[in-house]
Amino acid sequence: MIPRIYIPGDSGALALGAEKVAKAVRAELAERGIEAKIVRNGSRGAYFLEPMVEVATANGRVAYGPVKPSDVKSLFDSGFLTGGHHKRWLGAPDKIPFLAKQTRLTFARCGINDPLSLDAYKSLGGLKGLQNAVAMAPADIVKQVTESGLRGRGGAGFPTGIKWKTVLDTTSERKYIVCNADEGDSATFADRMIMEGDPFVLIEGMAIAGIATGATKGFVYIRSEYPHAVATMNKAVEIAREAGVLGVNVLGSPNAFDMEIRVGAGAYVCGEETSLLNSLEGKRGVVRAKPPLPAIQGLFGKPTVINNVISLASVPIIMDKGAAFYKDFGMGRSRGTIPIQIAGNIKHGGLFETAFGLTLGEIVDDIGGGTATGRPVKAVQVGGPLGAYFPRALFDTPFDYEAFAARDGLIGHAGITVFDDTADMLKQARFAMEFCAIESCGKCTPCRIGSTRGVETIDRLAAGIEPEKNLALVTDLCNTMKFGSLCALGGFTPYPVMSSITHFPEDFKPAPARVAAE
Amino acid sequence: MTMQPASTEIASRTAAIIQELKDLEGPLLPILHGIQEEFGHVPQDALPVIADGLNLSRAEVHGVVTFYHDFRARPAGRHVLKLCQAEACQSMGSDAVAAKVKQLLGIDFHETTRDGSVTLEPVYCLGLCACSPSAMLDGEVIGRLDDDKIDEIVAEVRS
Repeated sequence: MIPRIYIPGDSGALALGAEKVAKAVRAELAERGIEAKIVRNGSRGAYFLEPMVEVATANGRVAYGPVKPSDVKSLFDSGFLTGGHHKRWLGAPDKIPFLAKQTRLTFARCGINDPLSLDAYKSLGGLKGLQNAVAMAPADIVKQVTESGLRGRGGAGFPTGIKWKTVLDTTSERKYIVCNADEGDSATFADRMIMEGDPFVLIEGMAIAGIATGATKGFVYIRSEYPHAVATMNKAVEIAREAGVLGVNVLGSPNAFDMEIRVGAGAYVCGEETSLLNSLEGKRGVVRAKPPLPAIQGLFGKPTVINNVISLASVPIIMDKGAAFYKDFGMGRSRGTIPIQIAGNIKHGGLFETAFGLTLGEIVDDIGGGTATGRPVKAVQVGGPLGAYFPRALFDTPFDYEAFAARDGLIGHAGITVFDDTADMLKQARFAMEFCAIESCGKCTPCRIGSTRGVETIDRLAAGIEPEKNLALVTDLCNTMKFGSLCALGGFTPYPVMSSITHFPEDFKPAPARVAAE
Repeated sequence: MTMQPASTEIASRTAAIIQELKDLEGPLLPILHGIQEEFGHVPQDALPVIADGLNLSRAEVHGVVTFYHDFRARPAGRHVLKLCQAEACQSMGSDAVAAKVKQLLGIDFHETTRDGSVTLEPVYCLGLCACSPSAMLDGEVIGRLDDDKIDEIVAEVRS
């Protein structure tokens, strides 16, 4: 058997030098005259260990990481092709604590094999969910997804099954499945990892959604900042089409479903579902007023399921193992697992899929291992640019939609950005307003104008001009934006701003003290 | 600087792209991406051709082109360097990275060096948030930027 070497092609691993490592491995193989197969797998998500190289040995996989190109020669000298010891030796990948502690349902296959091998996908349970679905009545599929308790993983947390039921119950000669892969929130990369590391699971999820609702066409709208995900998804769709997973007879059944990959053009607001639909139609990505709901009048005015990547990618396992299996994980009304993305100033950053219910403190301190800089954690932003900043005092908050809402925060797309004690929360609050001003679609006044006025008012605060009056003004402005904006961009920008003011009042003290401190 | 194609040439190459893509559902964004790939930017002369081809008004096409950050009105430099400035990268010092790169290249964001070698742009998230601060150079991703990597990037775009 010729040895197999796994070197991730995931963009996170590439950003850390995986391509150079692959090149060094190829050169070393050639020089030593060794025949081996290099597999470009996805990432398992332990980015602090990337590039993580694995070899298949008689006793299973052995991982090494983080591997630098300069390590490659000594890896060969240490006999790494048979799992030999080396300073980068990590042992069996699934025994690495960061990975061993996870509950991988949606990400069960991500990072293990070549993402474009349909055979590898099937060998690890792929397509079983779709096989079950094609033999079921649409209403039964919808019922199973509803009973699983799956809620929209894009941020809003709306029950997926209920959305699907509305589309199923709406009569139309044409319906669409739209996958929102415009993952623009900082600290989030779960969608990217799935698209680059296990694209067939998303295709399978979309095909199931199509069969369940009577939709025959799907679109994946991927942000242009993800060129690798776009390339992998395009290839995967073609492979799925050739294999009969997509097409006029999905898996040989009478159900038709096909899909297309579309690329965004750098507008953050297009992650908002109605703005995304406008963008797909070739219009300005301006937010639409609701109602009508997209489920009734969505893409091109037709009934449309619009779901996030992770919501759709979680469907195959629900259809494979059953609603009860999935629902068994989690707490309260947050059922199943959530891929938490631990990012920013963090020692052990990466993707951690687990059942709902871990506390923020467990995630940051125990799993993440504290800050990368080694300094104390000051603030943690949960849920991307529109999420609240949490101080250490709130680290007992369990990861659950309702628990975060009760503390004026949100889970969003489950990204967590850690900041050490050098962070200036006034600066972060200002950035939230500035970002909203840059990315506002301009349709509603509170967001379009409010964000610019917010930047100006926070600048006056920073300069020590009438601090009390300006603080009251920012608070009032946040209230207007929260309740008067059309979508979450203007409506949620107040979360990072107000949480900074509430939890870190010392950073908003008048200028003299700030100047003295600097 | 490369020579700008003549407007008749822009029109004919644009028409070919439209012809290829116009049967897609919602073809405007794919067409604009195609045009930007062809010319490196979306030339003014292409807009009336698109409007005509898709039966839209020129104002509508202009509105769409200007809405999206990606579409350029002018060609970029030979290299395009995007520095992530979003929160996760901020927590790892992306401000300082941006300041250093701007100083080394002598330009601000949204500017191109005078010799046309590089255009510098901010980007709000590359999805590399567990390897911050990050950047993208001509589509290649780079994580955990430090002084050495910045020097390497600057040397590459200058060469």
